Formats: sequence, C-alpha cells, structure tokens
Amino acid sequence: MLKEALINKLDYDELSNCMRCGFCQPACPTFRETGYEAASPRGRIALMKAVADGVMEPDKDFIDQMNLCLGCRACEPVCPAGVPYGQLIEQTREAIEDVQEHPWWVSSMRKVAFTHLFPHQKRMNQLGGLLRFYQRSGLQKTVRKTGVMRILPKQLREMEAIMPEASGKGTRELLGATVIPAAGEKVMRVGMFHGCIMDVLFSETNLNTVRLLTEAGCEVVIAPDQVCCGALHAHSGEREGARELARKNIAAFRKADVDIIVSNAGGCGALLQEYDHLLAEDDEWHEQAKWFASRVKDISEVLSDLVEPQTWQALPQRVTYQSSCHLRNGMKVTKEPVNLLQSIPGATYVPLCEGDRCCGSAGIYNLVQPEMAGNLLDEKMEHVAATQADILVTSNPGCLLQMKAGIQRAGLEGKMEAVHLVDLLARVQSEKEAQMQTKQS
Amino acid sequence: MLSESIRSELVAIVGEKNCLDRQEALVAYSYDATPMQQALPDVVVLPKSTEEVQQVMRVAARHQIPIVTRGAGSNLCGGTIPVGGGIVLVLSRMNQIVEIDEQNLTITVQPGVRTVDIHQAVEARGLFYPPDPGSMVISTIGGNIALNSGGLRGLKYGTTKDYVLGLEAVLPNGEIIRTGGKLMKDVAGYDLTKLLVGSEGTLAIITQAILKLIPKPLSQRVMLAMFADMDQAARSVSDIIANRIIPGTLEFLDQGTIRVVEDFKQIGLPTDVAAILLIGQDGEPQTVDRDMERIAAICEKNEAVQIKVATTPEEADDVMTARRSALAALSRMRPTTILEDATVPRAQIAPMVAAIQEITNRYGLQICTFGHAGDGNLHPTCMTDARNEKEIERVEHAFEEIFAAAIDLGGTITGEHGVGIVKAPYLEWKVGAAGMEVMKGIKHAFDPHNLLNPDKMFAKQSRNRVVVNRA
Repeated sequence: MLKEALINKLDYDELSNCMRCGFCQPACPTFRETGYEAASPRGRIALMKAVADGVMEPDKDFIDQMNLCLGCRACEPVCPAGVPYGQLIEQTREAIEDVQEHPWWVSSMRKVAFTHLFPHQKRMNQLGGLLRFYQRSGLQKTVRKTGVMRILPKQLREMEAIMPEASGKGTRELLGATVIPAAGEKVMRVGMFHGCIMDVLFSETNLNTVRLLTEAGCEVVIAPDQVCCGALHAHSGEREGARELARKNIAAFRKADVDIIVSNAGGCGALLQEYDHLLAEDDEWHEQAKWFASRVKDISEVLSDLVEPQTWQALPQRVTYQSSCHLRNGMKVTKEPVNLLQSIPGATYVPLCEGDRCCGSAGIYNLVQPEMAGNLLDEKMEHVAATQADILVTSNPGCLLQMKAGIQRAGLEGKMEAVHLVDLLARVQSEKEAQMQTKQS
Repeated sequence: MLSESIRSELVAIVGEKNCLDRQEALVAYSYDATPMQQALPDVVVLPKSTEEVQQVMRVAARHQIPIVTRGAGSNLCGGTIPVGGGIVLVLSRMNQIVEIDEQNLTITVQPGVRTVDIHQAVEARGLFYPPDPGSMVISTIGGNIALNSGGLRGLKYGTTKDYVLGLEAVLPNGEIIRTGGKLMKDVAGYDLTKLLVGSEGTLAIITQAILKLIPKPLSQRVMLAMFADMDQAARSVSDIIANRIIPGTLEFLDQGTIRVVEDFKQIGLPTDVAAILLIGQDGEPQTVDRDMERIAAICEKNEAVQIKVATTPEEADDVMTARRSALAALSRMRPTTILEDATVPRAQIAPMVAAIQEITNRYGLQICTFGHAGDGNLHPTCMTDARNEKEIERVEHAFEEIFAAAIDLGGTITGEHGVGIVKAPYLEWKVGAAGMEVMKGIKHAFDPHNLLNPDKMFAKQSRNRVVVNRA
C-alpha cells in the first residue's frame, strides 16, 4: 500500500542527508504562513523518513501535508547539506498517486490532461484554436454577460479573466520552418524547446525567443518531434508519464544535433535539466539523458553572453522582476535576468522585495490549494505595488499568468503590466530592427 | 497517550487548533537539530500568552506530566527532545517584540521572536544586539536564553548571558517570577536572571525577556591570513590580544576544513596551508583602519604566507564566504554531521587542535576543525554515517577523548551548544561531584517533581573518565 510504495520510491540516502538544521524554514512559504513544523521542508522530510522507518503510518494528514507543499524548491539553495528536496517531494507524490483512488471525475480529468492532452502537441494546439475561437468570436463576451462564470470558483474566474489570446498554431507552423538561420555570423546551433502551454498561450513569446536568438547569432532549430517537458506530470506524481516524455524529447534533440537546448520557461527548463535524474534507473537512456541535461540553458543565460545592449532602444520606465522559482532554485539562474534588465538603456530597475519567493502559482497549485495560493499572492502584490513599477517581468508562463491575475486582483490594471522577459527584450530590440529596415529602404 | 480528560483540559486553555496529538504533529516535534536523537511526545501545545503557559503548567503539575519547552528546535545538544514523552510546549506563537526602549537602550521580547528579527529591528534604529549564533536565521530568543548561545562576536561582545537584564518565567508550581529589570545594577538577592540563562528549560519556562542593547558600530572590515603552520596562526591570535586589540571576529579554519571548503566552493583558497584566520574589526572608522593595519603587521611577523584585506563590501563578502561555507561544505561529505564545541583558553588552541588531529588519526575518522579562535571555542566536526554502528562507536570514543583533552587544557566540554542529552554523561568531568550536587540541589529547589525537561543536564549515570596515555 502507500507505505510500501513510499519505501520503494523514496531515496533513503537523501532522507538521511537531511541533518535537521532547519535552515530551510525561513525560505519556505508554507512554513512562514503557518509556523507549523510539519509544514516545512525539514518537517516534511522528517515525516517521509518516519514512514520509511516505520515510526508512522502515511495517513490523510501526511498526504495533505505533502500536497500543501508548493514545490517551489526555495529550500534547496539554502540547504547546507544539499538535500534535493524537489526530488524527494516528487517521489512522495508519485507514491501517493500510485495508490490513491480519486473520485471518478478527478481521475478522468487527470487522464485527459496527463495522457491525452499535454503529451500531444497537436491536440494542445487544437485546444488553443478552440480557445482562440471562444475569445475572438464574441462567445467569451456573451458568456461573461450571462453571469454563468459565477458558478466557477474564484481562482478559476480570475484565471479566465486574464487568459492571453490563444493560438491555434504552434511556433513551427507560425514560422513555417524548422531551422531558422542566424542573422550574420553563426556562433552556435541552438535547439529551441517550445513547451506545450507556451506554444499555445504564449506563441508570441516563442517567436520573440527565436528572433532574439537568431539576431544574437544563433541558428535555431525547432526540433519537430519535441513534446511537453513532463514537469506538470512529475509535480503531480505522474513520474512515469514524465519519463515517457523525456525519452521522446531526448530523441528529438539528439536528432536535431544541437550545441545547446534553450528553454524560456523556468518550470520546463528545471525539469529538462534533471532528465538524467529522472532516467537514472533507465540503463538504455541514462547516458543520453546526461547528454541532454548538460546542454539545457535558460534563454537569459544565452542572451547574457551574446546580446549588445548598447544597440537597444531606450525604455524610460520602471521595471521590476519576480523570479520563477524553478529558474532560480532548480536551474540556479539568478543574476542573468536582472543583469539583462539593468542593461536596458533608460530603464530604472527596482528590486522587488522578496522577489525570490514563490508567487503561489506553482504549476496548478493555485487551482488546487486556492487558500494558501491566495494568501501568498496577496503578500506578493503588496511588495509589487510598493515598487511602483510600470513593468513587472517574470520568466515562466505559470508565474506570468499569476502575476497578471495579481495585478487585476490588486487593482493595478492600467498602471502596471506583467511581461515575459523575452517579450520585453524583443520590444527594445525590435525598434533597432525597424530602424535597420528603414535604413535599407 | 494522554487521557481524554487531560486533553480536554489543555484544549480548554489553548483551543483545539493549538493542542495537537495527531501522528503528524507528534513526529514533527520529536526532533531538533541534534543528530541521531528522536522521541515522540504525547501532545504538542502551542500557547499564545504567559497566562496560557501558566495554566498549561498547572495542568501538567496536577497530573505530573513532563513539559519540554521548545522554540525553533535548532539546538545541537538534544535539548528539546521529549525523551520521556509528555507535553512539547512550543512557544513560536509568542513572537512579539513588546518594546524597544531607546531611553534605556533595551528591547523587551516574547520568547518566540527569531534572533535575526531582533537584529533587524534594533539595527534599523542604529542599535545593536551582538549575540549571533550560527542558527540565528531560525533560532528564537527563548532558546538562545535557555542555552546561553554564543556566536562569532563572543570574543569582543560576549554571549547571550551578557545581554539579558530581566526575565519573566513560569515556575513548575505555576507561579510567575520576574527577575532583574531595565537595570544595569541590581544586587537584590541571588542573581536569578543569570541562573535561568543557560538553564536549558529545566528550571522554569521563560515567557518574556528584557535585553540590553548597545550602539551599532559605525564601520567594519575583514581580512584573511593564511599560515603554513598551525603554531604561527595560534601565535598570531595570542599576539593580537597581547597587543591590546580585541577583534570583532577572530575565526579559524584548519587544513581539513580549508580543503573541503575549496573543493565545494572553488574560491581560490590555498589548500596547502595549515590554517586560515578570518579577522574582523568593527567600530569607529579610524580605529578600525588602524587595528586592521596592526593586525596585518602581527600576522606578517608570524610569517603568514598570504594576507588578504577586503577593501570593498563585495570583497568582504568573499572573505566571509570561506567561514560561512564551512558547515555546508563539511555536511555534504557524509550523511551524518556531528558538530561539537569543545572549548579551551585561547592560549591553548594550538595544543588542542593538535590533540584533535592525533585522536582523529588514531580512530581513523574524518574530523575537521573550525571555530572561534578568539575565544577558544572550537568546532571539531565529524563526518560520519549514523547507520554505520561500528563507526559511530568509534566516533563516540573519539569525542570522549576530545572532551577529556579539552578539560586537561583547562577547557570545557561545551562552549556554546549546551549539555542537553548528549553532554549529560560528561558534565561531571567538568564540574566535579560537588558541582553536580549543587546543581541537582538547584534543580530540586525549582522543580521538586522533575517536570521540566527531565532527563536533560543530569545523566542517570556519568561516564567514567577515560584515561589516555598521551606519551
């Protein structure tokens, strides 16, 4: 049962590596919110170990406590012993998922999402097309007018309200090419990871990513057979599903023969970089997974090395930055996005107080744990408002949606906009391109 | 298991939400930061006020249930492990700063306030609360007082005991006592304030404290000095003090620690040196500059192979990284990290480090030493694996010898971590049989029924003193 599943899945060596110093606690959002030892990384690891040691049974309280974790992994960089908490919580959730029986409607929703939707990019894009039809045909307006939205929980209503315009076409279709040549001299061949949700809801950001990369001298390959990264699967206890996707992505990018693989979503990038851990017990794939993982970089890392900010257009606005947790704590990318923002001529960079703390989005956390997510978002927006920024930058689709919802919730619409780092950089760069075109003509 | 009637008495005081006996809560409050120590309580109670603490104490006294008081659970002596079950009384909800008095330069706090929050609150007003234990980002002031915590600034500024002016505490009979006050002078009777500081929750439950503040130093600077020979480093420490300079920080890393830190952080530390001193001074800018120059000259005279004085805050940060990463680097080596705190008079640091080295080699263990050279407070740190029983046995023997060596050099078994469970068998080595009797008498006077943190401080049996031939 659950106990056996946990003993099976949990990495006991890593459980033992936690020395219980508690240095993780100030970094943990759920501990700060509750002050309750069990709601901290040290507490959750102690609970996992207690089950593995036979000290306690994994009861409902245990499961609830594991579900309350955001999975933001803010505990990892501050852990002196380097315990990979993110892996431990995913192993726990996988064990819970293996034995848990959901009500029929939850299991069908999970099956649709994890088996029939996220893994199939075509279907994601078709769904994007439907969403686009809903948004553009006037149906959305009609639906909102009827008040039928009120039957949805508050957090879903908030999300419906800020949903960006979806695209029915993926990045590759929109570009009409698989390989986009570098502008000028080629410095490297970059594989672009377009993501599943990014490709539907933020196709504009993907196009901008390609443009920034090619203008920086990269030949960009949109590996045709790539699929969803599997992060939402892994965080929700569907690690086997995540492994299946990992194998497909590795094969796709090996075939594309790229120097590096670039992601523009912290949530995806962090898991892509951990494919070697995910497939650690897969003899056939482990070596290739290492090849893949070692090549994954965030777009901000690549651009930091290649761009020439002195050519950028001035942007006389106040800019602040909310970090993506998995970009910061998973990929350990902290300085590059800030450096890029600070390099924009004319822009005033205002540090966001606690910009390194989770915004409460955390994958689908804001939908399943609305109370905790709401508290975290409200605290976040107080700090955001205090920056008096015109532009709130982030670097992951989930965070971006949550920040958009937060701006609306805090009554800041019209005063502040939430923008992906890539889209902001494309703005200051696009002026340059326009100038060049004028020169040519 | 607690009877239903006692449980409902406790619920009546603190409410259902703050009286927890579900499995999850019992496990979560069964440990602290001490390796290899764990025991489940019967119930976890989280009071919000002194009155609630008093009522819980009365229930416990009436039913003869032990109480283990706890803050963040960051201690390293097993001080908050509920060995005999009973109530774990968590004071984290009593977390208010009651008052900062800028006339008298005091701060009044509840026990659950985090140490770092005190630092931030007073430094925002140009004031300073110096004690800075390594765990200050999580530790609470109640725990700091109960264990008389030290830290990096001990040499120049003293430890927690030097800053506690007054206490409010609940006695085992349920009465409330208030000791001291906002007073620099107070000789009215026995100094109960000082007695309660470091009493490890065995005498009373501290519910409020008045702490002394001082003006915040205007500037600070740091430097690193590296030595090819341990004696040169030790001589530098003695010479600095003999020259009437008291540095704000005077920390030490031995070769083992340097190698592990460099391996982990790659900050360019030379791995062939025997010791590194990290020396900092704070105060008036001119005084600080002059002291730094003199300290550098002293280190040079003692043949330091390299001296690095930080000139910018960023460089200072780099310099501090070496010391700050010590524990992190060491704890990544093996699953279990045992951090001890044997302490000697500072003139005895070199022989103590040599003794630790010799003992480590003889037992075939991995022990690296870093610590507060300025006050003789060393942290021999053993990297081991709790699952390897044979090795753990050797670790225990090695530490016994390390304690004995410290005492032989005029030192003590613990400088700042406390006795708790883990040092209890050795306490008699330090204080002697007569000292133990006095301490037991004090315990009995406060807590005749042994309700507060039983099984701590006084072991059922003292260890026999090991006799080692150190020829």
